[in-house]
Amino acid sequence: MSAAITAADGGLRVLLLDEQAQPGGQIYRNVGARLATHSWLGKDYASGLRLLDALAQSGVTVQSGATVWRVDSGPRVVWSQNGISQVTTASHILLASGAQERPVPFPGWTLPGVMTAGAAQILMKTAGMLPKDAVLAGSGPLLYLVAAQMIDAGCPPKALVETQTPRMMLRAFPHLPKALLSAGTLLKGLRLIGKIRAAGVRRYKGASSFAATSDDSGMINFSFRSKGRLENLTCAVLLTHQGVILSTHMSRAAGITHEWNAAQVAFQPSCDIWGATDRPGLHVAGDGAGIGGAEAACAAGTLAALDILRASGHISANTRNQRAATARATLFRTRAIRPFLDAAYAPPAEILSPPDQTIICRCEDVTARAIRQGMSEGAAGHRQIKSSLRAGMGPCQGRMCDSTVRGILSAGNTSRMGDIAPPRARTPIKPITFGEMAALTTHSEDTA
Amino acid sequence: MKIVSRFQPPPKTGATAEFEYEGASITAPQGISLAAALLAHSGAYTRQTAGGDARAAFCMMGVCFECLVEVDGLPNTQACMTEVRQGMVVRRQIGLRRLNGCNDS
Repeated sequence: MSAAITAADGGLRVLLLDEQAQPGGQIYRNVGARLATHSWLGKDYASGLRLLDALAQSGVTVQSGATVWRVDSGPRVVWSQNGISQVTTASHILLASGAQERPVPFPGWTLPGVMTAGAAQILMKTAGMLPKDAVLAGSGPLLYLVAAQMIDAGCPPKALVETQTPRMMLRAFPHLPKALLSAGTLLKGLRLIGKIRAAGVRRYKGASSFAATSDDSGMINFSFRSKGRLENLTCAVLLTHQGVILSTHMSRAAGITHEWNAAQVAFQPSCDIWGATDRPGLHVAGDGAGIGGAEAACAAGTLAALDILRASGHISANTRNQRAATARATLFRTRAIRPFLDAAYAPPAEILSPPDQTIICRCEDVTARAIRQGMSEGAAGHRQIKSSLRAGMGPCQGRMCDSTVRGILSAGNTSRMGDIAPPRARTPIKPITFGEMAALTTHSEDTA
Repeated sequence: MKIVSRFQPPPKTGATAEFEYEGASITAPQGISLAAALLAHSGAYTRQTAGGDARAAFCMMGVCFECLVEVDGLPNTQACMTEVRQGMVVRRQIGLRRLNGCNDS
């Protein structure tokens, strides 16, 4: 959004293709609906309204419910809306594919009633729906935020089960001085934790060995170990979270080179400070270019738009550099806290490489045992696992299993995970019907 | 056994849409996603995998494809990316999507 606004202000004709029904991405999702229930969600969420207003006044053409399923050099995009696909060419394309929650696989994570913490937050944002009798499990800032929002809504979680260990905090400690540059964010985090404490929510720390089962009534029985004891909690909803990872299907399918980010345990598109990639005409920005949160994404969007304005001859390189000062300072400040957060809330090895009986590929029901068996028979990369076991071949195209397959291939050893090449992402990056594809071919021939 | 919803019902304000799900009639606030409406209706599964495993909406943002249902005869529809519409007919997706029997021409 911020890139579209900057580019349109600079005199470019801008088309914004957004997969969601309303602008706002996931962080400011549905903020424009101004639901009464949104008061639970806090000031940061409401601040998205400013961006929405600026977008409405910017002259940007916004297409909502528009799913991009192919990006080509040229550059051009193929996108689908209401069952009809079309091709749009442009001199510059900015990919802002955002992030998804890191999959948190454990035995029982596929049961109805086990969801992600982000999913519960989306239900609050879009439908004013609150989970009854919920347990939050995992780690990361979003876990605390969702807990605090549930408390404000008068529906506190039953318990918070945290995988964070004192050792992780110790590893994060050296990054604390730098994180003080984003003191505002640190304070917000401390306030969230304070709120959870004040509400008397039971907290279990250093938790491991997650497992869930369910009974006839649909209730979830969640077992885990904490401080050497086996604990059992019964709940209607188990909400898990283990940080977020970049959504790279679009950037990988576009042929952009990706590099391993060891701190965030994920691949990210390689780009310069302006978000320019090695594919001509393609820029990246936002969480899809590197996890940093909403404020960092806005700043990165502005930088990419300024570079596109320069490349299209609307402004000089000097003007670009001058106008970039504020956004660059914001980016520097917001990113300063990342090394601390990445170390403090690192995903535990048993989530990266879960026990044998865990389903890893939810689409195709492939277990960790099957993947380890495949490895013992010689499979060493994503492609062999996919072609021999079908892991990653279902409708989600690996979004829910790629990161765990990589974890298992490297036995949970994060230092080796970067050596495994990311799997290929192929067009269409979101499923569409054959009919829609066929209609597109006819359309292209007509116009040729 | 009927499994009650795992969520408090959405606030009743504004217009509603009525649709059919597995033979039952469901009323939901207009503008919410089909996945949200199904979660508000029941805590039970909404699809079965090829192996018969019961699943329901998981990520709510179009990533995981666990909320796949059949909408007006079209299988493989992501309920979390579809808004409720008056009169839509929704069914669970059982097993793999089939090529025959879909009405999307």
